[in-house]
Amino acid sequence: MRFDLILKNWELFADGMWMTLQLTVLSLAIGFCIALPFGLIRAKSNGLGSKLINVYVYAFRGTPLLVQLYLIYYGLSQFEWVRESFAWVILRDAWWCALIAFSLNSGAYATEIIRGAVQSVPEGELEAAKSLGLSPFNVTRLVLIPSALRRALPQYGNEVVFMLQGSVVASIITIQDILGVGRTLNARYYLAYEGFLTAAVLYMALAFTMVFIFRQLEKRYLGYLKVSR
Amino acid sequence: MENLIEYAPLLFRGAVITLFLALASLVMATLLGGLGAMGKISGGRIMRFMVFAYTSIVRGVPDLVLILLIYFGGQRLINIAGKAMGVDYIELSKFWAGVAAIGFIYGAYLTETFRGAYMTVPAGQREAAMSMGMRPFQVLRAVTLPQLIRFALPGYANVWQVLIKSTAVVSVIGLEDLVGLANDAGKSVREPFLFFTAVFFVYLFFTWVSQSIFNAAERRYALKEHGDAV
Repeated sequence: MRFDLILKNWELFADGMWMTLQLTVLSLAIGFCIALPFGLIRAKSNGLGSKLINVYVYAFRGTPLLVQLYLIYYGLSQFEWVRESFAWVILRDAWWCALIAFSLNSGAYATEIIRGAVQSVPEGELEAAKSLGLSPFNVTRLVLIPSALRRALPQYGNEVVFMLQGSVVASIITIQDILGVGRTLNARYYLAYEGFLTAAVLYMALAFTMVFIFRQLEKRYLGYLKVSR
Repeated sequence: MENLIEYAPLLFRGAVITLFLALASLVMATLLGGLGAMGKISGGRIMRFMVFAYTSIVRGVPDLVLILLIYFGGQRLINIAGKAMGVDYIELSKFWAGVAAIGFIYGAYLTETFRGAYMTVPAGQREAAMSMGMRPFQVLRAVTLPQLIRFALPGYANVWQVLIKSTAVVSVIGLEDLVGLANDAGKSVREPFLFFTAVFFVYLFFTWVSQSIFNAAERRYALKEHGDAV
């Protein structure tokens, strides 16, 4: 047990935590921006757009995040026109590739969550809003979306933890997130498990913090549903 | 494209390894989940606390971290034990390290699934069966289990779908599964996009087939109402 070496390098782990949080929060935010319109379309229409979105959701939910990341990071470099395009600055960078893969992945999962939440909003709430003279756009903006997002909270909390844990694959493409730092230290000092064990504890702490935050949010925003039940 | 056809047998072998890895992990997860649920339902205070610690710790740690911990940490333990007993170097199997890690993780999720399903079976039914003079094992087999399967199936299907995708990260410790082999082959012929696209579709195929199987199973175990077609 050489945890003194870990303690001596605590600053690396602090940077690693920042990297993990950064990637997780940014991908969740971008994923959410994809998922809100997509989820509404999926719930409300059955046209071509809705079907195309379903293909996207199905493909990204049905395959491992690691494969999606490899496709973007290693795969795209196969094409010369990608390497010669202006996007190459972004696509040859591990961090940007991770952000793109994670965002698309989170967007697919969140689309399903929001679709389910929109469909679970009682028809009566919408009729009541309509009877007050709100236009369809305002019904969506003022009643449907807020109500659906509240109902999506428990499942979205799961998605947040899922994304946090999924972000470990970033360390495989050399990003120095929490696990990346653990692997670096293991290699530097010929350790077998101390770096991994520290990473495990840090991920656990982050996961529990997020679960706690979402419990509080649920109490705050979903309390009214619990009382009526 | 010719490269992909040339490497198809290799990728097929990788896909078989991935599938076996997932199935072996599912067996282990199911055993652990069953034991965990039993501990949580009928164990004493210490037992319940141990299961609680197991399910909460495991669900907080990402799969890849646990795989690396078990593989490299386990190898170190084996080395120390080997040296003490004077045995030569024993290498820890990558496949079984992966099975242990994934089975251990999803056993925690299945503990909750099984416990939840058990709680859904009304206690009155068990009491009624016992009052008819059935032994505990008979009650389990004839009354509790059939309904438990019905209630647990949707959750079990979910866990399987997540588990099979989780197998991809075992390639990181060097297992020659679908992802590992495609990674090597794709890089050596300089067509990584093609090879990872193939992997992408193999996984889609796996998840699609398992969804169909579980849908059929759910219909099979569904509550049959009077007049329903069988």
